[in-house]
Amino acid sequence: MSRRGLIWGLVALAGLALVPAVIRRDDVLNFLFLVLLSVTLAQSWNLIGGYAGQVNLGHAAFFGLGALVTRTLWIVGTPVLPAMVAGALVAVTFALLIGAVAFRLRGAYFAVGTLALGEILRITVGNVLSEISTLPTLTIAAYRVTDRYYLALFLAALTVAGIALLTGTRVGLGMQAIREDEDAAEASGVGAFRLKLLALAVSTALTGLAGGLFAYYHISYYPEYPFSPHWTFDAVLITFIGGVGTLVGPIVGAVFYVFFKEYLAIRWVDFHLLIFGALFIAIVLLLPGGLVEGTSHLWRKRPA
Amino acid sequence: MSVLLLQQLVLGLLIGGLYGLAAAGLSLVFGVLKVLNVAHGELIMLGGYGAFWLFALLHLDPFLALLIVVPAALLGGVVLYWGLFGWVVRFPEETRVKNSLLIAFGLGVALQALAVRLWTADERSITTSYAGAVISLGPLSIPLVRLGSLVLAFVLIGLLDLLLARWRWGRAIRATAEDWEAAALTGIDVRRAYLLAFAVGTGLAAAAGTLVSVGYSISPSIGLEWTLKALIVIVLAGLGSMLGTLAAGIVLGVAEAVCATIFGGPYREVVGLVMFFVVLVARPRGLFAR
Repeated sequence: MSRRGLIWGLVALAGLALVPAVIRRDDVLNFLFLVLLSVTLAQSWNLIGGYAGQVNLGHAAFFGLGALVTRTLWIVGTPVLPAMVAGALVAVTFALLIGAVAFRLRGAYFAVGTLALGEILRITVGNVLSEISTLPTLTIAAYRVTDRYYLALFLAALTVAGIALLTGTRVGLGMQAIREDEDAAEASGVGAFRLKLLALAVSTALTGLAGGLFAYYHISYYPEYPFSPHWTFDAVLITFIGGVGTLVGPIVGAVFYVFFKEYLAIRWVDFHLLIFGALFIAIVLLLPGGLVEGTSHLWRKRPA
Repeated sequence: MSVLLLQQLVLGLLIGGLYGLAAAGLSLVFGVLKVLNVAHGELIMLGGYGAFWLFALLHLDPFLALLIVVPAALLGGVVLYWGLFGWVVRFPEETRVKNSLLIAFGLGVALQALAVRLWTADERSITTSYAGAVISLGPLSIPLVRLGSLVLAFVLIGLLDLLLARWRWGRAIRATAEDWEAAALTGIDVRRAYLLAFAVGTGLAAAAGTLVSVGYSISPSIGLEWTLKALIVIVLAGLGSMLGTLAAGIVLGVAEAVCATIFGGPYREVVGLVMFFVVLVARPRGLFAR
């Protein structure tokens, strides 16, 4: 990470940390919570899909596993942080099992293969656990949004910082080499299979934690819901609209996405998807660098 | 064999024909353009709503509505190709599949949102006067509408097979699928073959959608499910043979029926996905590759 990026990151972090003290409004905190959760969800996808170039369409499965394990452990009395770590561990274990098999597939076949796996898990969880999961009354009485907000902020910061550090290392560069040309990367001594597994493991650990955060945040939901493919789609849309394979992209994309989603949802449910679907197509076709690269072009075109 | 299982097998056979029809369009587009249109399910969904509209507004019989829905979809396919997929085929072949997957994904998201705006998220189906009619075969009952759909699926795929074998442009499409560079060298207008294949694929999707809205039900969110069904069938069948695709569709329908009878209805979807994943991994190059 560049020094300037580091300073900006710390300033943003400090500013966000002060929000609950300055603005005592739950709606603002809820909004920022959704942005931070989306940053984690999209940035973790960005590692495997953007940096390592493996379009993983089963991202929701790992989000869902994190949520499922965290919720189950937390409700029976485990403190939430160990419960979240357990959720992440389960997600990673599953990811390694899946990855060992699915990474034999390349490109679009990996994408549709992981999509199928995610759906298998979603349907099975929906069948086995069909009852809605609601927090006990005592927990609801003690519920404070601020706790969730700080945890979301910590997790988003951890994700961004972790991926920033990882992608600068030899290992991270190897992942990007695989994205550019897997055969060439192999030929120059990059162990593609191991690095892809590593990228998937880190990505799913962070997603699993995000799922745990979801389970900690929501008072009641169907256990199947966090497995829904729309979590994957959100992550993909956010990452590409912001700028795939860049650190800032998923952050910009998440702010943009959540803002429009909440703003448009007041009048038209799901209308944002029409706009973002179209925007996504335009970006893949015309502006593969996303908004981040698009705006930096604008800056560069200005006379100095 | 119990009557229940036998009845399930019959129903599985009937829906299998639709799976085959749904997959035929996707298979054609993927085989010829090397474009993986994951919004195929959304095209099926739109075809279903087209027939639904004709029935609700003009009281047009859904089987007759095919005569309007399919040509309209052919035109829609031309527009979609010019506006969108015609750009995608300009990518080099290695990145084309991945980029087309992404673009079609965006298209699917947008079309689904559009359908929610136009028709709300409710489930719909076309209830004709003969919707409840069944043919009784001993203890088995065969819904007439679904039987009609199966027959139509056979007819349409047979027709497609004939077109690809005999028609001048059908042969051009097959040559393009085989090796587009060689096809271009022999003077075939490859772009036009792409356009035709895409339009026909869209028309087949709309035909499948119409039949889905008659025998089953549609809602804006069915797209992903039907795309997955079509992909499963393609992986089982491989590319190239349309009759093979229909057969694989029926295999999937019957396998689902068996799974649903043994493990319970909610697991109907799982068997296909598991088959899909296993076949895909067992042949890492994909059954897609010849």
